[in-house]
Amino acid sequence: MNSLYQRLFGGKRGVLNLVVLAALLLIVLPLSLSIFRLNLVGKYLTFSFVALGLVMLWGKGGVLSLGQGVFFGLGGYCMAMFLKLEASDPISTKIQSTPGIPDFMDWNQLTKLPTLWLPFKHLPFALIATVVVPALVAFVIGYAMFKRRVGGVYFAIITQAIALILSLGIDGNQGLTGGRNGITDLRTLCGWDIRSTHAQYVLYFVTCILLFVIILGLQWLLSGKMGKMLLAMNEREDRVRFSGYDVSMFKVFTFCLAAALSGIGGALFVLQVGFISPSLVGIVPSIEMVIFAAVGGRSSLYGAVYGALLVNTGKSLFSESFPQLWLFCMGGLFIAVVVLFPNGLAGLVEQLTQRFGPWFSKQRQPEAAPLVALSGAHTEKGTNA
Amino acid sequence: MQGFAGLSLFSVLLLMALGLAIIFGQMGVVNLAHGEFMALGAYTVYLCSSLVHTYAPALAGSYFVFAIIIAFLVAGTAGYLAEWGLIRHLYKRPLDTLLATWGLSLIMQQGFRLTFGAREVTPVLPEWLMGSFKPTDSIDIPINGVFVMGLTLLLTLAVWTFMYRSRLGLRMRATVQNRTMSGAVGINTGLVDRLTFALGCGIAGVAGAAFTTIGSTGPDSGSRYIVDTFLVVVFGGTSSLFGTIASAFGIAQGQSIAGFFLEGTMGKVAVLLGIVFILMLRPQGLFANKVRS
Repeated sequence: MNSLYQRLFGGKRGVLNLVVLAALLLIVLPLSLSIFRLNLVGKYLTFSFVALGLVMLWGKGGVLSLGQGVFFGLGGYCMAMFLKLEASDPISTKIQSTPGIPDFMDWNQLTKLPTLWLPFKHLPFALIATVVVPALVAFVIGYAMFKRRVGGVYFAIITQAIALILSLGIDGNQGLTGGRNGITDLRTLCGWDIRSTHAQYVLYFVTCILLFVIILGLQWLLSGKMGKMLLAMNEREDRVRFSGYDVSMFKVFTFCLAAALSGIGGALFVLQVGFISPSLVGIVPSIEMVIFAAVGGRSSLYGAVYGALLVNTGKSLFSESFPQLWLFCMGGLFIAVVVLFPNGLAGLVEQLTQRFGPWFSKQRQPEAAPLVALSGAHTEKGTNA
Repeated sequence: MQGFAGLSLFSVLLLMALGLAIIFGQMGVVNLAHGEFMALGAYTVYLCSSLVHTYAPALAGSYFVFAIIIAFLVAGTAGYLAEWGLIRHLYKRPLDTLLATWGLSLIMQQGFRLTFGAREVTPVLPEWLMGSFKPTDSIDIPINGVFVMGLTLLLTLAVWTFMYRSRLGLRMRATVQNRTMSGAVGINTGLVDRLTFALGCGIAGVAGAAFTTIGSTGPDSGSRYIVDTFLVVVFGGTSSLFGTIASAFGIAQGQSIAGFFLEGTMGKVAVLLGIVFILMLRPQGLFANKVRS
């Protein structure tokens, strides 16, 4: 029992991190922000699911994917297709030439629902699809590439190309996907109005709870054999391979996991924001998702959440007041986080605690195992946000 | 006609890919700001054109040739500075280079937007670039397309000569193959890196200059082609100049033929999907060096 506690929460530091984040998300923000702002925070939190996936894949696994928007989008589209079908029942769409199909299909002269859409009439299917579809796509891509030992830069470029392909593909198939405008005007989830204030509160808290569950789950995963494997692969991939492990399948698994997390984020995004469009799938959003993880500290789970929150808050504050400067800031952020703070916020916090920590706590736990101490840049549990 | 459209896309892709083949293919630096260096070249030509037409209208016919050279120098200098200020600190971390150059590209794009405005601009082209040949009644070959193709041919030859027939090219290839050894025999590898990067960016600048003859230039026109360009280089096999040429040709022809049969962007989607699929089966690209590293 004690070891399960240790693995889930990661010791005293982990519990402290969890409590701070929970207090912020569940108490401080809901009490201090209007529902409009809180809804925005909820939207940013959905990106932190992607960032968590990237922490696993990039920070821990050393594989950078520039196509996480693909999985975010796939999850989002799966959710949006269900909501759209519910929003376009025959009664509310009776002015269309074909009632009962989504409005954009009617505009594109479709007369019946495409087969691809049919299963999305059922909520359980749609919910499972938000996780399984991204993971399946990731499996195909990952299996093809990691088995051939493609990694590093090539993997990044090819995933970026996939992001471009998917966004162009969605854009080009207006009748099937809603084209550039995406799927909009989503109103209810099983009769429950998702645009009401009440629903927005509920969805915000659902997002937070899911986020905590996932963080704990990932900590559990990382503190076991999987975490050791990822660390070892990141340090000396060949040696792990020569020891008889199938390195590629571990990578494929991590990639699928990251994709599934992004898919969940996408689905929650659709529920809270009420639309999805190819502008969340393409190259630019995908690479911005990387910066969330990088700002937080690429191998820190809690850091990813703070990173997503901070960058997005900065983005909306800046674009409200100085729209012209935002891109400079974003560009500067990309450069600064790489050149000056490779370990992001988590690294900064770590430095501060090392300098000032002893003043506050008398007993400091020697956290790092010998292997990790040698590697220097990596901390074992990565929960030092 | 589709064939010719393909040829002109081929020239554009090849022009962009040549610079990248040096920077990415040879040095292994993922320069996501490559498109912006191209846009820098295009804007330089635009600036030259406005200056010439305001102050020296007599030169209006011949300025374009000089503008291309100036574009090369401007983009090359910018590349030199970027290497010195940013890239050289990141050689050991390729994934971080990728993020940093993306940041650089955002900054450059916004810089263009603030300097030249968000609207697309076109330089005033000299008379001799306008119009088209008519070998027969049904065939219409635009001169600017032929010009770009000629420039591409010239530049490809120049790059090849540089890489395989010049001292600096030799040093560059030596540095790429074995950095420590090259340093030991007295090559200033840091300087070679900087010059190589500057050269690649300069070639991107020429590509941008050539681009102005067939399309207008906006702040984001560089980033529009960046993925295609990287795919050209990767698809061709990163360290092979011939592979780059062949894959640019294949991709361009594929896109223009697919664009004929499928509507809108779907042609491009089909071709990109095809490339990604082939790269998954054959990750080393079409023409890989048969040397194990």
